[in-house]
Amino acid sequence: MNFFKRFAQNRGALIGLIILALVVLLALLAPFLYPDSPWRMVQRPFLAPGEVAGFPLGTDTMGRDVAAGLAHGAWVSLLIGLISTVVALSIGVPLGALAGYFGGKIDDALMRFTEFFQTIPNFALAIVLVAIMEPSTVSIVLAIAIVSWPPVARLVRGEFLSIKHREYVEAARLVGQTHRDIIIKQILPNTLSPVIVLASLMVATAILLESSLSFLGLGDPDTMSWGYMIGAARTVMRQAWWLSVIPGVAILLTVLALNLVGEGLDDALNPQLARAR
Amino acid sequence: MPYLSLILGRVGKAVIVLLAILVFNFFLIHAAPGDPAAVMAGEAGATDEQFLEDLRERFGLDQPLPVQLWRYMGGVLTLDFGYSYRQQMPVLDLILERLPATLMLTGAAFFISLSLGILAGTLAAMRVKRPSGSLIMGLSLLFYATPLYWVAMMAVLVFSVVLDWLPAYGYATVGAGYTGLAHAGDVALHLILPAVTLGLFFMAVYTRMTRTSMLSVSQQDFVKTARAKGLAPGVIQRRHILRNALLPIITLAGLQAGQMVGGAVLTETVFAWPGIGRLMYEALMQRDYNLLLGIFFFCALLVILFNMLTDVIYRLADPRIKQSAA
Repeated sequence: MNFFKRFAQNRGALIGLIILALVVLLALLAPFLYPDSPWRMVQRPFLAPGEVAGFPLGTDTMGRDVAAGLAHGAWVSLLIGLISTVVALSIGVPLGALAGYFGGKIDDALMRFTEFFQTIPNFALAIVLVAIMEPSTVSIVLAIAIVSWPPVARLVRGEFLSIKHREYVEAARLVGQTHRDIIIKQILPNTLSPVIVLASLMVATAILLESSLSFLGLGDPDTMSWGYMIGAARTVMRQAWWLSVIPGVAILLTVLALNLVGEGLDDALNPQLARAR
Repeated sequence: MPYLSLILGRVGKAVIVLLAILVFNFFLIHAAPGDPAAVMAGEAGATDEQFLEDLRERFGLDQPLPVQLWRYMGGVLTLDFGYSYRQQMPVLDLILERLPATLMLTGAAFFISLSLGILAGTLAAMRVKRPSGSLIMGLSLLFYATPLYWVAMMAVLVFSVVLDWLPAYGYATVGAGYTGLAHAGDVALHLILPAVTLGLFFMAVYTRMTRTSMLSVSQQDFVKTARAKGLAPGVIQRRHILRNALLPIITLAGLQAGQMVGGAVLTETVFAWPGIGRLMYEALMQRDYNLLLGIFFFCALLVILFNMLTDVIYRLADPRIKQSAA
């Protein structure tokens, strides 16, 4: 059975993929559907969804279009989720690879370093980092990456430990390949599938983290995000519950979809495990 | 005294981590954009040049960096976390005042999430490939994917605003003047929503972990032996599988308990629960970096204490682990 067939066998993963595709589409279309800034006041504040034609999701406390905020927020969520995961991978993969491949003192030192970052409470560290670097897209991406790389390093190290004594690696060593070549060309490609699965789950966690930071007022002040929308609606929950419900459902669906896709990828890339389950 | 050397080793490791966090904190203050004196004073508002000059002198900000670091560490080691110029109180006093509420909240959430999570995970493992098992896993995935602060807000909306069953904000009814048992009951009533919402996310984590762990233990040889012996399935599940499956969960629980302190920032903010999480939010709003870093240090301290506790419990629960492994 090929990869796509196995993936499609998992119904949840297919549903997740469809939801994710819709969110991506919304994010890509945002600048065309709502070319105006989502921060602009366009109508009376506190319009309920469907109350006035042209504003299907109503307006917020400042008369801003909720639908426009939702679309632009999708772009921000996906972008920050994706980039911070790439940055976290680019820290975690090399560290894990070096630790697993060379072992000994290098492994000890790198793993102590990783443990240190795992000990520090994630969310508290992210808050402190963003607060001190001043909230901006760059500081948010960096903070999320800094708190999320340790699991990558541990995973890659574990894979390297189990692969480095395989025969094909020994063979590569015998024919005199350099450490660099063995790491990059022989071992790394074989660690790819668990890393891909982990990365898809990390994007989901990163989106949750970003939304929590913007909820606390640590979002980039220039970009509209889902967490900010919920945070701004917190004080008016009694008058306008939909203002907090709508963006919340958007986050929930996106994160859920990514988790489902991650599980589907896991089944498709590790068929032996899937059958045992 | 095998346990003594074990504990000493653990304490030594914890001290190193805490020292590293102090150095990290110190460099964060200096990495902040602008004058560190202004950062300590809480930036805006404290623009009085004489005041900043006093601060510089008091904290030796005119000294070279290593000297400053030495002074900073010395201060913290004598429990001096500096002064919060915004709240006009020493940072340590502020934190200690708020700590009990956070310990109560995280403690309750930890208990709820661990007990319900293990229960749900066990049920899900016993009902693999049956609708009820899938339902449990579906629900746990849902809680796992929902933003913590949003669950909290929805809980307020449903249980306080619409149904009016539970109080939405605060620690106790303001001005009710309850004493003794009535006060305890009042606080417990206020605790329900924050503790349950904080616990739900972690419950989802424990549910998935318990299920995976039980399924992998149930493949092992001693379980086959127990089955071949003709033991009742219920006995095998409880005494053979669950007991062994719980070991990795203890480790995970220790790690997650620390993360709970971070999650408390969100729940305490939504529920106006007067703990250090709420204090962290206030420090953020007021750009009170001295207070922020003090709280951060305490969060890390709590995580390390939880981890050490877990380690001890783990070794008590599993005598196979020798202290030499420490």
